[in-house]
Amino acid sequence: MNVLKRDEQPLKSSSDVVAARQKVRQWSTELRFSLVDQTKLITAASELARNALDHGKGGAMTIELISNHGKSGLRLIFEDQGPGIPDIEQALKDGFTTGSGMGLGLGGSKRLVNEFSIESEVGKGTKVTIIRWK
Amino acid sequence: MNDLAEIISRNADSIRKQWMAEMSGSVQRTDLMSKTELDEQCRAILESIIEGVKTSGPTNVSGPGWDTARQLLQEISASRARQGFSPTEVATFVLSLKQALFSAIRTAHTTAKNQDQLFDTVWAATELVDRLALITTEAFTATREELIVRQQQELLELSTPVVKLWDGILALPIIGTLDSSRTQVVMENLLQTVVATNSKYAIIDITGVPTVDTLVAQHLLKTITAARLMGAECIISGVRPQIAQTIVHLGINLEDVITKAKLSDAFALALQRSGRAVVRQGPERASGISSLLVKKEE
Repeated sequence: MNVLKRDEQPLKSSSDVVAARQKVRQWSTELRFSLVDQTKLITAASELARNALDHGKGGAMTIELISNHGKSGLRLIFEDQGPGIPDIEQALKDGFTTGSGMGLGLGGSKRLVNEFSIESEVGKGTKVTIIRWK
Repeated sequence: MNDLAEIISRNADSIRKQWMAEMSGSVQRTDLMSKTELDEQCRAILESIIEGVKTSGPTNVSGPGWDTARQLLQEISASRARQGFSPTEVATFVLSLKQALFSAIRTAHTTAKNQDQLFDTVWAATELVDRLALITTEAFTATREELIVRQQQELLELSTPVVKLWDGILALPIIGTLDSSRTQVVMENLLQTVVATNSKYAIIDITGVPTVDTLVAQHLLKTITAARLMGAECIISGVRPQIAQTIVHLGINLEDVITKAKLSDAFALALQRSGRAVVRQGPERASGISSLLVKKEE
């Protein structure tokens, strides 16, 4: 898998979530994603960016243009140094929330993308990687 | 150290003249400020600087002796920020004092042999001017930030209108991101208008919302629940195909809410539910604008 382009967006305030969404929108438009795919990826990015901000006490989003055997796609990595997730399986369940949200963000964004992986260590932080292929 | 104070107060007039000359070469904006006004400002600043250097020393610009100078500079840069000066122009206004100060120091030291003292004075002068420039830049930024915050608030107020479509039917077009503070304004506006107009139906149009994620959905549902408590039924319109698919994948349950693709559909439904119907009374007549359009086509 080759990384063709990379950019980073800090996530320190709610206006950064808007900036992250705009960045994803811009990159997915450049890659000529269909409108539905664009919306799906932007929505997933919005959920994960807000998670990093609300639960992870801020972090950063890395956006990468990747290619694999002639296929191109966008990879988004959300990293925070927050409290971490003790039970990932439970966190992915619909309706589970530790905050005041709907509890659909993590599981929902998994359904909105092609590849989804999550690494978390309690006390260290969380890293969520998503890929949407074209 | 008070060497500097002496030099400035003794040469105040020539320093001011050179300062003005420096500025006219680089940043003077005669379109925004007259020459006499600028001259007046320079005189006031120099006076306050002399006072500051005398009482609190040249480097301690946060000391009490500098109060007048600080206040004056903050006022000037704030007013310039509003007038439309660029940050460079505002900073250069103070920084161009440096050259004038240096040449005054040079004249004062032509005969003196004491190099150490000369360097001390020059250093004090450059540090002083830099610190004063920082004060202006800070004040400039603060004014700009105030302006941005005020505009944000104005935008928030402006961007959430509640319009009456028909007797008892309201429409609430939402444009942009629906964050927490926005939802608060939207909800307040809607509920107040529901009471004021005694409306039974409210159409929330989300055509202008670019991304509907779980937070936006939650805010929408809260608004709808609140309106329901007031006795008004809500219809969501402007659900685009891509948004519909995303909502399904996210797993957001909007089954209890009436949703429509277009505002016109939602309006038709609200009319129907309130026992009204729009009927055509006869063949379409070419009148007013439409007749003009026909002429143009010919």
